[in-house]
Amino acid sequence: MVKVLMKGNEALAEAAIRAGCRYFFGYPITPQNEIPHYLSKRLPEVGGVFVQAESEIAAINMVYGAAGCGARVMTSSSSPGISLKMEGITYMAGAELPCVIVNIQRGGPGLGSIQPAQSDYFQAVKGGGHGDYKLLVLAPATIQEMVNLMGKAFDLADEYRNPVMILGDGILGQMMEAVELPEQKDLGKLPDKPWATTGAKGRAPNLINSLYLDASELEKHNHHLQRKYERMAKEMLWEEYKTDGADIVLVGYGSSARIARAVVDKARAEGIKAGLFRPISLFPFPKPALQAACAQAKNVLTVEMSMGQLVEDVRYNLEFKVPVHFYGRAGGMVPTTRDVMEEVKRIVSNGEGGGTV
Amino acid sequence: MLQEIILAGFGGQGVMSMGQLLAYAGMVEDKHVSWIPSYGPEMRGGTANCSVTISDEEVSSPIISEPDTLIVLNRPSLEKFEKDVKQGGLLLINSSLIDIEPQRQDLNVLKIPSSDLANEKLGNSQVANMIILGAFIELTNAVSPESVIGALKNVLPDYRHNLIPLNQQALEQGIELARRIKLGKTA
Repeated sequence: MVKVLMKGNEALAEAAIRAGCRYFFGYPITPQNEIPHYLSKRLPEVGGVFVQAESEIAAINMVYGAAGCGARVMTSSSSPGISLKMEGITYMAGAELPCVIVNIQRGGPGLGSIQPAQSDYFQAVKGGGHGDYKLLVLAPATIQEMVNLMGKAFDLADEYRNPVMILGDGILGQMMEAVELPEQKDLGKLPDKPWATTGAKGRAPNLINSLYLDASELEKHNHHLQRKYERMAKEMLWEEYKTDGADIVLVGYGSSARIARAVVDKARAEGIKAGLFRPISLFPFPKPALQAACAQAKNVLTVEMSMGQLVEDVRYNLEFKVPVHFYGRAGGMVPTTRDVMEEVKRIVSNGEGGGTV
Repeated sequence: MLQEIILAGFGGQGVMSMGQLLAYAGMVEDKHVSWIPSYGPEMRGGTANCSVTISDEEVSSPIISEPDTLIVLNRPSLEKFEKDVKQGGLLLINSSLIDIEPQRQDLNVLKIPSSDLANEKLGNSQVANMIILGAFIELTNAVSPESVIGALKNVLPDYRHNLIPLNQQALEQGIELARRIKLGKTA
């Protein structure tokens, strides 16, 4: 197949079209604007609908409506915009509506900056909105993987009737790499959605709702949701690089994992047995694989563009059996291979790192 | 082989396009490539830069902290990035607009008056970027001239395709210039 050079944002958008997505509702924000920009042109070409809503809140509720009608639908935003969408996202989780939400993260908190960050990890994997719910969260590290995971995200959303989040960052959104795009999915072969509100003529009406005034009914609904989240364990995705026999295992996702991988090569060249564990699904978190990869490690180091979020899950999932160190930059600053390499050397030689610059 | 390049200049000098041409040309040659723009609260006349990686193997980190090559089209870019270049690295300077000397003694420096050359020889200062790009590919063999010329139609928008011959001429000027320098003749 022919390779094309594409920006991450544009590649995500084209991959959504190929996956059969025909509805987009969103509101502009840097650094993800190429997604709506691209889709505003492409969706009408393929008979789809693009709406720039009056706000993020309006957009996510339009997604709710379209998903309730059984459409393949998505929205995208960046950190502050995702925060605004949280109410709609928990409603969709409660009402069990499939959709794909892209978060091209930028520095926070508050309005923050427009530079890349990974400080929405907790918000993405722990809920973010109110109530006991989970999103499936996928974290690509290359533009090709963004394309591949976009198609997968729509399938997972339909399979589990659950919102799926693609968690990227400003680097991945703005970067160009060569990609191969999949063929256009046959819209006639998308999964049936007998639960959708498509007009009740000749059948019992369907109801899309997240309101359960009877407490025991709502508890039952919560148990049902939890069983579903447990079933998602079979969707764990990860990548390992030189973790066999590694003394120090670096753990990172997305852009940070690319930097960490370069550090692994540098460290190996200097005789340090380093490896990389890269979770691709952040929920479900690939716990058994992480444990196996770190079984022989003397130290583990998470590399993040945050003040320490992934590190908490790594410690928890390794059950505090291995010292887990943290190196992070924040606010839109990006870790350099040189600085992470220095941190690796500090940890290997005296068991303690500096944590940041 | 791994080439990590930072290209920098004023907004409008074509540094983003230069970077994309390199990345496209590398991709056509089946190399692994990445291109990242600086993006931020930019303003007209401000500086812009992009990072390009061209590699025979999978690109691990597309983020470049120590480039093999730095190409600078204006003075603020030289002042900002000179310190980051790898020891023994290549520094290409648009000497038409940069009137200061580089501080480092450990770099291979090539000064090309590319804005003046573009004006005098091609009657259009807009293609100064292509002259310096030509010199770069001749000196490093990072990608072939044919690949760059082929990439022009992918990188330039359709309504600019009439400028492809001019860009090609500028690229060839740069290649010729670097070839003469390699042979020890003066520019």
